[in-house]
Parts: sequence; structure tokens; C-alpha cells
Amino acid sequence: MPLSDFQTVIGLEVHAQLLTQSKIFCGCSTAFGAEPNHHTCPVCLGMPGVLPVLNQRVVEYAVRTGLALGCTVKSTSVWSRKNYFYPDLPKGYQITQYDQPICEWGELVIDTPSGEKTVRVRRIHLEEDAGKSVHDASASAGQSLVDLNRAGVPLMEIVSEPDLRDADEAVEYLKALRDVLVYLGVNDGNLEEGSFRCDANVSVMPKGSTTYGQRCELKNLNSFRFLKQAIEYEAARQVDVLESGGKVDQETRLWDVNKGVTRSMRSKEDAHDYRYFPEPDLPPLLVSDALRDSQRQSLPELPRAKRTRFMGEYGLPAYDARILTAERPLADFFEACAKHVPDAKKLSNWFLGELSRLLKEEGTPLSALRFTPAQLGELLATVEKGTVSANAAKDVLGEMFRTGRAPADIIAEKGLAQVSDVGAVEAVVDDILAKNAGEVEKYKAGKKSVYGFFVGQVMKAMKGKGNPGLVNELLKKKLGD
Amino acid sequence: MSSLTDLSMLELAAKLASREVSSVEATRASLQRIAQVDPKVRAFLRVDEPGALKAAEASDARREAGSPLSALDGVPVGLKDIFLTEGVETTCASRVLEGFVPPYDATVVRLLKEAGLPLVGKLNMDEFAMGSSNESSAYFPTHNPWDLTRTPGGSSGGSAAAVAAREVFGALGTDTGGSIRQPAALTNTVGLKPTYGRVSRYGVIAFASSLDQPGPMARTVGDTAALFQLIARHDPLDSTSADVETPDCLTGLEDGVRGLKLGVPREYFAEGMDPEVAGTLRASLEELEKLGATLVDVSLPHTKYALATYYLLASSEASSNLARYDGIRYGQRAKDARGLKELYTQTRGQGFGAEVKRRIMLGTYALSAGYYDAYYLRAQKVRTLIREDFTKVFQQVDAIVSPTSPVPAFKLGAKVDDPLSMYLMDVYTLPCNLAGLPGLSVPCGFTQAGLPIGMQLLGRPFDEARLLRIARAFEREHDFFRRAAPV
Repeated sequence: MPLSDFQTVIGLEVHAQLLTQSKIFCGCSTAFGAEPNHHTCPVCLGMPGVLPVLNQRVVEYAVRTGLALGCTVKSTSVWSRKNYFYPDLPKGYQITQYDQPICEWGELVIDTPSGEKTVRVRRIHLEEDAGKSVHDASASAGQSLVDLNRAGVPLMEIVSEPDLRDADEAVEYLKALRDVLVYLGVNDGNLEEGSFRCDANVSVMPKGSTTYGQRCELKNLNSFRFLKQAIEYEAARQVDVLESGGKVDQETRLWDVNKGVTRSMRSKEDAHDYRYFPEPDLPPLLVSDALRDSQRQSLPELPRAKRTRFMGEYGLPAYDARILTAERPLADFFEACAKHVPDAKKLSNWFLGELSRLLKEEGTPLSALRFTPAQLGELLATVEKGTVSANAAKDVLGEMFRTGRAPADIIAEKGLAQVSDVGAVEAVVDDILAKNAGEVEKYKAGKKSVYGFFVGQVMKAMKGKGNPGLVNELLKKKLGD
Repeated sequence: MSSLTDLSMLELAAKLASREVSSVEATRASLQRIAQVDPKVRAFLRVDEPGALKAAEASDARREAGSPLSALDGVPVGLKDIFLTEGVETTCASRVLEGFVPPYDATVVRLLKEAGLPLVGKLNMDEFAMGSSNESSAYFPTHNPWDLTRTPGGSSGGSAAAVAAREVFGALGTDTGGSIRQPAALTNTVGLKPTYGRVSRYGVIAFASSLDQPGPMARTVGDTAALFQLIARHDPLDSTSADVETPDCLTGLEDGVRGLKLGVPREYFAEGMDPEVAGTLRASLEELEKLGATLVDVSLPHTKYALATYYLLASSEASSNLARYDGIRYGQRAKDARGLKELYTQTRGQGFGAEVKRRIMLGTYALSAGYYDAYYLRAQKVRTLIREDFTKVFQQVDAIVSPTSPVPAFKLGAKVDDPLSMYLMDVYTLPCNLAGLPGLSVPCGFTQAGLPIGMQLLGRPFDEARLLRIARAFEREHDFFRRAAPV
């Protein structure tokens, strides 16, 4: 059977670092990039005698996420210990949730070429992160150092059912999930710094089959591109194995970025026995109705709902709505501006064009914008009235972006206002037509292409500030059209 | 004329309050007594003379200024080496922690400091509190002051021996399956294992987290009550710490047992008990009856499963709790290890003693895939049944009375090669830990050879005050406390 006769089946396990100020079981900072081992205390170092105390903010964030994904938020869940030895795991076990996670059975809707698709979320559980081993070949040969700044940083693991059917769907799911988490304010969506990362479970089965094939787990995929490449490579590899009469072994594999292949990390035979058991140092995790209700009430509008509303309320095309709602601050800013601009599509054009170019080029975050929605409204109204040309308005916006000065002041200072005074424009038009009597003859004789020449001459004489509408109107009138 | 170190804590406190004696004098007396008898008893792993004297001087200054920190301000005590003490080496009697100087104090240590008690030193114990005779200490066995050829019991045997030998006025121990009560019984001292959650475990090196509980050890019931009141506090650093009021155990301590119903569990007077222990216990029960208590025959039917349940659960938790001793961050690290796996296996192989390894192996096995349901999970279910046994009995009675240990102190070396018979030493004490209840051992007599015998009282959750009151009623009739160990 060729590749096309097989169906790929994918489930994702996503690890998201929760945006808390302090760690999950102690008061140490979670800030990224500190000197090694500076954000540590006896608790997160796993010193003898220490005990964990749960950070309640972590629970709030998990509840919020569970509700946003339509999960059942359990009133009682249980902490467990996952036991294994590794130098960056201070206690010799990780405190996590195992058979009784805090949230279960939700869903996330994604877009596919054949329409909307609902992907089931099996569970969301909480756990502490481990530290980091630094294998420093340069310091002294063979030396390994341990940095425990990350140890105890709160993580949320979101596990999907194997509902995804190709790499594009997997990428779409991961993006949609990231958008939701960022919207909720529980995660920063930063794949580069590892605060949002993903493992993929991939298997293949003959098309039409209802029995899943043997799966392999692809570890630590830290970009959308790698996720897509790794899944596509892995599915093809598994089909090859089956085609050549072999069988796929259950194993954990790594994506080799340089070679563009997946390779085996460990097989099922040498898989860990983690010896899970309930964590005796922590009582069961209780979620009160009050906490659930308060989180439900404070849930923001989620990206997908917002996108639909933008299309309905502002009459925007799907493309615009999607970009404008991809990030909550952008969507919020758009809505603030829309209060001052009657034509939402025109506003959207400015957002998708000039504003996004400026944001990108200047590397300014939205939160640091200097101008106000009212000022942007004012600028667009000025364009609408014909006081400045669209081109000049771009310059004005750039200046507002950098300085936060009022558009009227910038226009005045730079002398960008269009001349819309009928008398003034008429005088120039008359002058140009008089100076070019020969061309006027040609025009009247039917050579309509000369028209552009007249416009050009008038604008040139007015240094580009002539109101184009008025120039056209007067030219046509004088030429007898 | 008795010497200063023969005083009870409350007697000493009264003399400190009246300025008849200074804390420095008391602390020096304690240090002198240690110098005199500890070469024989070997209760101390480390004596902190400068620290203790400094604290005593500070206490005297407070007395001078009329602002003592607590009723026991200035009374010197010792600590089992399981409690972390900032700046003072803490090893849990294990090679794996040799050289470890903690950067912080256990909550109970902090509370004692805040109450003004000079801390004289760190007391010997079974390694990581695993054992019933102090012989699994990585350093040396402690000897019973009543007969130096015998064990003081374990694992808080160093604390019991030091208190019995008048080296300190009181001490703290921990009790996971009887480790406070059993050595108390074997040394003619009083030991209280509080309700699980009553005393903070923060800074107490973990053996079995769901069972461990720190508690006081002293020579009289009153001392035990006074020390207990200082350490029974809710601690936000321990998520299993109970947020309940600190009890007043001294008011009402002399109220007697008249009208109380005391349960005598049939299963605790079964085979295997030493005849002298059995006889003394029966006589003690009759005395309690004479004092006005009503004895009620009760049954705790799941008692026979307690030992197996305890060893599965305690070992499972221990196997996980002891994983952090890997030589990476503190304590001893194998010198010649090449590569990570060797570093782990050699550090742990060299650092842990036989009993600790035995329990790590047992716990690892009980938790491993394929055996979890048959062992750990089943043990948890039996634990629930054992708890329910107690709950039912406490609907009928106010407290339960039993022997503490089935036998008096045994010879050093007698059970070392027979771990199972050693485990049987805890058979009466450990059901209480499984149920999370308070338990107390009070001296109730001596064998003909002059070895102490203890009586155990078990109570409802957070009912320590009543146990102390019953023990005091009994103690008042005997004053065994006045009989000093012949060391």
C-alpha cells in the first residue's frame, strides 16, 4: 500500500508554564534568565526536612483553563509522586497529578480545510518542573553543572485525545491552544524559552481501519515548524516499517533538527517504572464552588468567539478578524479604536497594514504604544475629510507612533494639510490649462490619455497637497466633461 | 540531697523562676552529667556546649529583666538528630548526611528557641529512624541506662536514654511506628506521640511522611505536657499541619480518672507478651479501676494486619523520601564514581546502612508496576479498616490502655540478625500511627531484674490532654520518676 493508503493519528501533550510570580510549592521567583541557582530555597532544592506548600494561584489558573476548554473541573484531585533519579530532580521525585487530575474531558475547536473540527481534551493536570543540567565541555573536561532555578516552576499539562489526523491539524490545534492560554493570561506562549512545549504521540493505520496502530512518542517539539516536520517524517517512517513487513515498536523518539529525522531515545523495554503513589505531604487538592464560580465569571471572551463577533459586529472578513483577534491586546486596542472610527474595514486596513508594519519594525509592544485610540480616530477622520492624503497620513501615524503627539499638531508642523479651498485649487487648474493650451486641444479632440498629465501638473504645482477629489472635479469641469 | 539534674523540668522551671538556680548553672550541670555518664550511655552524637551556654546566658538575662519567653525558659533539652538545626551538623545518624550543616531550623526547633530553651545537643537514633533498638545508627549503639548491656529501644533511643540518665531534662523525638513510646517504655520515661498533624514536620527529616510525628519525651507527665504545649502549633509550612488550638494540658492535669471509660483491647493482650510485662499491666489496669475508671473490654479486629500494613506503607514512603540522598547537592558523595549511574549506586551503597537499604528495597518493590495493587493499594485499604476499628471503639470509651512494648529492654545484639522479630517490638504501638491518633507511654513498673515497663494510652484525635491526665493519675500513685537509673 502506498503512503496515501494510510491514515496518521496524532495526540498531543502540551506543557505550559503558568504565569505565576512564584513557584508551585515555595515562594521563590519564577523569573526567566537569573544567575544559576539564584531563585532557590531549601524547599525547591529538596533539602532534608522540607515540605511543599501549594501556591493557590496555580489552582486558579488551572481552573480557568479547564473552564475555558469546557472541562469538568474536579472538586477533589490528588497529588502524586513520580519517582526517578536524575541530577536535576532535587527530591528524586516530581510532584505531579496522576490518576486523579484537576480537569478532565474538554474540547477545543480548530479550523481545517474541510471545516471546523472538535478535538477532545482528555485531561489537564498540574506539576512542578525539574531543573536543568548544564554539560559544560569548556569549563573542565566532562563537568556537569546543575541549575535549579526552574525546579518547582508550575506547569500545566494538557493532553488531547488522538483526534488529530495530519501534521497541519496538529499545528492548528497547538496554535489554537496557545491562543487560548495566552488570552486567559495563564501562559506567555513562548516556545523559544520553553514555557510552552509539546510532545506528540504519532501512529499510522490503514485507511478505513478503526484500530489504531502502535504509537511512538516524539519528545520536546519546541516550534510549530518542528512539530509539522517531525510528524510528517515519523508517519512516513512508520509506513515504511509496515510496508517492509516490520512492526512499529512503542518507543520515545527525538526530533533531530539538523538531520531532519526522528531517532530513538528509549524503547518500551527500558521505559521507567515511575512508582507513582499519592503524595503524603499534600492533602487532596480541593476546588470550591466559589473558586469555580469566580473563575467562570472572570473568563475573558476567547479568540474564536471574538473572531466570530468581529465578523458580525464590524463586518470584517474572516482573514482580518483572525489576525486582529490572534492576540488579546491587539483585539482590545482595535475595539478601543473602533469606537472612534465609523468604518471598521478601513480601520482594519490600517491595523493590518501600517500599524503592524510599525510594530514589527520598531519592535514596540502594543502595551507601549504612545498614541491613543482617539488620536488614531482623529487621524482617520482627517483622511476621510480629505484634509490629508492617505500617503501623508502614513507619515503622521509614524510620528504619532514614535512621539505620541496629536495628529493635528504633526500635520500643521509638517504642513501636510491638503488644499481643499476651491478658489485656490481653481486658480492653479486655470493656470495649468492656460499654460498647456496645445494639450487641452488634444484632449478635446479625443486624446483622453492626456488627462493624467494635467493632474500631475496641478499636483506638482501644489507640492502634492491638492485635494485629489477637488482637483479631479475642477479639471473635469474646466475641460468640459 | 539530689543533684540539680535530678529535677524535673517543671521543678527546675520553678527554681529558675524564683532565681534559686540560673539557666547557666542548670546547663552546666547537664553538660557535666553528659561528660560523666555519656561515655557509658552514648546517647549523644554531638554536644553543642557553646550554643547551649550562650542560650542559657541569654535566658538568665531575660530572667534578670523579668521577661522570660515561656514557663520553660532556660530549661536545657536535647534533640533527636532527625531535627534540622541551623548551623549545627544534622545527620539522622546516617553516613549519607555526614557533614551536612542545615541552613535552617525545623519549626519545632525554632519554637523551642523562641521559648528560650537551651539546646544541648543532637541525640543518637536508628538511621533515618528505622529501627527499634538504636543499633542501626551508623555511628554506635546507645546503651540503656538501666542496664548498659541492653538497648534503650528505638528509634528515639538516644533521646530516651539521655532523659533517663539525667543528661538532659527533656528531649524531642519522633514517632513513626512507636519510636517515642517504645524507648520511653524501655527507659522509665514518659513519651507522647501527638495526633498526626498536631506538631509540624517541617525540618524533620522524613522517614514515612503519613506516619511521622514529632513529640516530647521527659521524666514526668507534667514535663511532657509542658514541652508538648510549646511545640503543638499550626505551621503554614507543613500542609498536613492541623489548624487547631494549642491545648492547655496543665490545667486539669490533676483531675484524675474517675468516671472515665478505658478500653482494653483483647487483641493487644495476645501471645508473645513477656509474662512480667503482662502481669504488671494487669496490675496497672486494676489500679486504674481503683482510681475510679471503668474498664471496658473492646476489640480492634484488624490489629493482626497492622504490622504488615505498616511495613508496606512506611517502606513505600521511605523509598521515595530517601531518593534525595544522591550525593549531588549535600552530604557524602562517593569519591571514585565514574559516570552518573556509578555516582548514584556508590553514594547510596556506601551511605546507607543495612536496615535502610532493606526498607528502600521493600518499598521500591511494593510500589513497582504490577505489585502496587497487591501491596501498596491493599495496605491503604487495610489502613482505612484499622482507622475505622478505632473510630468505633472510641464511640464506647474515652481512651485505650495496653502495654507499650511486648517485652522489656532486650540485650544489645539480640535481635540484630532477625529483622522480623525486631519489627514485632512495634506491634502495639504502630496501629496508632496508622490511625493518626495520639498515644502516650507512661512508666508502670519494673521487672524483677529492674527493667522498666511502660503502659500505653491511646486517645481520640487531638485528645492529648486526656491521655496526659490519665497518665498523671497513675504516675501520682507511684512516682517512678524518683527512681533513677543506676548509671
